[in-house]
Amino acid sequence: MNTNMAVCIAVIAKENYPLYIRSVPTQNELKFHYTVHTSLDVVEEKISAVGKALGDQRELYLGLLYPTEDYKMFRKLHNSFTDVMCNPFHNPGDTIQSKAFDGIVSGMMVQTA
Amino acid sequence: MDQESGAASAGSFISLNEHEQRYYSGLHGLCQADTSGKLSSSKVAELFKASQLPPESLHKVTEVCGAKRLGYFGTSQFYVALKLLAAAQAGLPIRLESVTANLPLPRFVGLKNEPEMRYSTVPSCIDAQGAQCGSAPGSLIWTPTDRNTFRHLEAGTDKKEPWSPPRSPCSSPPRSPLTYRSYPYAKQRNGVDPQIAYESKHSSWPIVQLEQHSSPSKYGTKPTVEHPAMAQASSVERLEQQAVSDYTEDDPWRITEEQLEYYTNQFKSLQPDLGALILGAVAKNFFTKSKLPIPELSHIWELSDVDRDGALTFSEFCTAFHLIVARKNGYPLPETLPPSLRPGFMQHEEDIPDTHEDPSIMQRLQPSLTSTKQDLKEESSKQDVKMLATSQDKVTLQLSAFPERPEPPQDLDPQMKTKTRPRSYSSTSIEDAMKKAEEPPTPPPRPQKTHSRASSLDLNKLFQQGAPGVKSGWLLPPPALPPRPTASQVSHFIGASEKTVQSKVQQPNFADFSHFREEEESSVKPEDQGPHSRFGLSTEDMTNPSQQDMTAASHNQPPQKPVRRKYLPESQNLETVPPPAVPFPPPAKTPQKLLPRQKREIQQAIRKNRETNAVLTRLNSELQQQLKVVHKERVTLESQLELLRPLAST
Repeated sequence: MNTNMAVCIAVIAKENYPLYIRSVPTQNELKFHYTVHTSLDVVEEKISAVGKALGDQRELYLGLLYPTEDYKMFRKLHNSFTDVMCNPFHNPGDTIQSKAFDGIVSGMMVQTA
Repeated sequence: MDQESGAASAGSFISLNEHEQRYYSGLHGLCQADTSGKLSSSKVAELFKASQLPPESLHKVTEVCGAKRLGYFGTSQFYVALKLLAAAQAGLPIRLESVTANLPLPRFVGLKNEPEMRYSTVPSCIDAQGAQCGSAPGSLIWTPTDRNTFRHLEAGTDKKEPWSPPRSPCSSPPRSPLTYRSYPYAKQRNGVDPQIAYESKHSSWPIVQLEQHSSPSKYGTKPTVEHPAMAQASSVERLEQQAVSDYTEDDPWRITEEQLEYYTNQFKSLQPDLGALILGAVAKNFFTKSKLPIPELSHIWELSDVDRDGALTFSEFCTAFHLIVARKNGYPLPETLPPSLRPGFMQHEEDIPDTHEDPSIMQRLQPSLTSTKQDLKEESSKQDVKMLATSQDKVTLQLSAFPERPEPPQDLDPQMKTKTRPRSYSSTSIEDAMKKAEEPPTPPPRPQKTHSRASSLDLNKLFQQGAPGVKSGWLLPPPALPPRPTASQVSHFIGASEKTVQSKVQQPNFADFSHFREEEESSVKPEDQGPHSRFGLSTEDMTNPSQQDMTAASHNQPPQKPVRRKYLPESQNLETVPPPAVPFPPPAKTPQKLLPRQKREIQQAIRKNRETNAVLTRLNSELQQQLKVVHKERVTLESQLELLRPLAST
């Protein structure tokens, strides 16, 4: 799948610090980082709206900013994220250093020929 | 050749081809020959058992090869015995003549039988080629049970490849020395067959070399298999030495039998059931012992856990272990799993002959795989590919159980079990993985504020019941009890607790009720009486600020409370003789014993009470404010009433 989909991918921990962040280098990275932060606010808004519903995670999983378009990409990302988490040598809270994860992310980023 | 001469000198001549020579020398090494050349009988027995022949056949073999006569297994007897075993396994009668036949190598369950692969090719090649090729490298290779065997092999194998083409044209003249050598064997064998067989074996050998480039690696690895003491002792360093030898071959990622044995033992030490999984945490602890840096271990895990279930099957474990060994020897970690370490590696000796079968198998598998795919939920495309790959490998393994070649089914079965088991896991692994990712990594914070002891100190209960629970870590004075028993209880407690409670009790009363009294002018509640009395009493003890919950509770409690409390200070002041004499003596006796425990209890109680204190103080102040507001309203209303009254009266 060569159609590029992302210019910036970030994985944010519960404590609101980034576990992993990467963007296409040619662009203005700082702007992307800001966007990531503002999207955090959106997420927080959604969390507080839902309350403590049990299906919280599921609902957020679907209730992304652009739910249908990047669904596949998010799922791929999420799967590779769970793979990283399953690794017993990975401490939750560490930055993600997995090469496999990097590979998948690169695959999803804009292909700068 | 040493071995052959040894065999010759013993008086029973057998002709061995290259494969057999190597294999037998390996097995010879496995049987722990001592200095005189005798083989350890237990090891030989084990080997014979591994051949899975009936015991009477084994006895026959022993008899025929001459070991029975001698009482031990010398080298030559051993070789003859191996030949006889091969013959028996091929269905031939156990007689000396059978030894001369063009036999496959004897198969032993429990050893990884690389030679089987060669069996398929050996009989297929009958061209009369240069037997010279057989002899010369053979002599190089043939250093029995030498740790440096592999080095020679390496030299030998390197030469094999370029040699093989020039070998093909060479014919009868080079053959003569061999024929000469084989001739005396033939004499013993009463037949022309062995000669031809011997030559054919040799001739087939270069073709084998031409066809299979990886076989040199196998040749290289085989002698390293049989360093039995080491394999059994299995220190990691030694294993790594062996591993180094393997890596000089062209495929450093192949796992040898010895290594496999070692890994199996290690797996068993972690998880006795070979078919079960090793959990991630267990594996982590184990691999951390290898002292590799954590990122590398993490990478190794990613490579080896192919079904992504957070646990290692036996093959995954072997893969991981092998990668660790490789890394420790200085080999850089690959980005992807090398082919020989893929889940199919356990059957690596079958890979080559099976390759031509694989495409057909894969095609047949496609429909079944797509159906299994549909069964699995939440499958991304990437996961699909992985699942396909792993399940294809597994099914390939299953199907390879029925090749044309006679494969020992026993070898496959345990491996099939280990392969199929992860399949069932992988369908749930994704959901599990997702759930794992979603769970918070940290455990919920422990409720530090609660006590490990009696539940009577539970904070909630304190709130519900008000403060009476405060008094005792032990006692629960009910709200409406008549003052006398409670007083006694209190005194009981106090007598033991060195009066720390009294100040607690008094202080808060003082603090709040005086405040309260200032506000209230015409109070309905009789609680004023309480504070009044207490006020006088508690002026002395103002140090302890805790236990304000008592007063707060007294706000909410029915009027009986302050009456009860009134007694408390009195009893506290009295200190010594409570009204009922009965409960007193026991407290007097026990205090010493209980003191340390009580101290702890009291400290805990103090802590708890302080907390309740704080909460109730806050509550208190809020209520006070509300009270003020209400009071003001009342005042205004009353004034309005006063204004309106003269009007109303008229």
